[in-house]
Amino acid sequence: MAVGLPENVFLTKLDAAASWARSNSMWPMPFATACCGIELMATAASRHDLARFGAEVMRFSPRQCDLLIVAGRVVMKMLPVLQRIWLQMPEPKWCISMGACACSGGVFDTYAVVQGVDRFIPVDMYVPGCPPRPEQLIAAVMDMQAKVRRTGTFGGTEFAARDTPMGPEPFEADERYRIQDANLVQLGGFSAAMTPAGMKRGAGNHG
Amino acid sequence: MVELSVLQQKFGSELVESTFRENRRIDVPAAKLFEMLSCLKSEHGFNTLIDLTAVDLLEYEGATDRFTVVYILLDIFGGERLIVRTAVNLPDPTLPSVYSLWRSCDWLEREVYDMFGIVFDGHPDLRRLLMPEEFVAFPLRKDYPLKGRGERHNFPVITRSGS
Repeated sequence: MAVGLPENVFLTKLDAAASWARSNSMWPMPFATACCGIELMATAASRHDLARFGAEVMRFSPRQCDLLIVAGRVVMKMLPVLQRIWLQMPEPKWCISMGACACSGGVFDTYAVVQGVDRFIPVDMYVPGCPPRPEQLIAAVMDMQAKVRRTGTFGGTEFAARDTPMGPEPFEADERYRIQDANLVQLGGFSAAMTPAGMKRGAGNHG
Repeated sequence: MVELSVLQQKFGSELVESTFRENRRIDVPAAKLFEMLSCLKSEHGFNTLIDLTAVDLLEYEGATDRFTVVYILLDIFGGERLIVRTAVNLPDPTLPSVYSLWRSCDWLEREVYDMFGIVFDGHPDLRRLLMPEEFVAFPLRKDYPLKGRGERHNFPVITRSGS
């Protein structure tokens, strides 16, 4: 070689070196609220062995983590906790939304369950399944690594560009109409809800 | 076994007894409820409150009252069980708390208050049990929509650049 580098030295960009190091030492913050958490534990356990990807160090303090794994349904009482945990994690940080409930609310379309955490916190990777098998989570971690290597920068400047919420709007048109309907029924009170017209409105609520 | 006639002598003839799958149930007017429960505890040995819950009877066929509150009692030594039911109605669904009789009613009454909005007079700490404190509705009432009134989406949105 013209420059005359020794054999154990190679040249690269700082961004690539930092991303390579980060992608191989992702420390997950397990936010496990339901059955997905069991699969998350199985992923970390010996048979599937998440340690092969450098992501086996589950830290239970958000201050020491850089990968938030939301595993399971998040109820409205838990969402402020989740947001706070996300804000407490130091940069750079990423988020995997694991399972149908975390991604979309799943079968729990009720007053208490948030219909997808991506409405309220940024999500990098979605894992479908109910619950996903450990292989799927491993695939997500590998994709996450690839994404970090592909887009990562030393100063984390790629995050600044992501200034729009990724998920659906918290109040989509459908939800707005439904709330309006519900309030109408309430204003009409008990008896209005019992009339045929009220019942029809009520039926629309579950459409 | 508690005879209905004994109770009726004390608390009036409005008491109704019925049986379903070998469970004895006694319906009592809300005004006589506390008196009767304390009598059941002190004189008939029902020393345990197994469960306290409520049912919303809106749109229920043949129902005349809005809510039924159900007390399930157990006599640990005699092995006898008894279900006591009473009715409450809007706009002021209030019952006396049985905290002075059975401490186990503490969280049970809080849960019924949380889910149905039934107020238990005399409860020392009647806060919501399951829903967040700032929640205003009573979700197990039948006129509350299954998907709520938008409470589940009433949160700030955090973007990636803003966190």
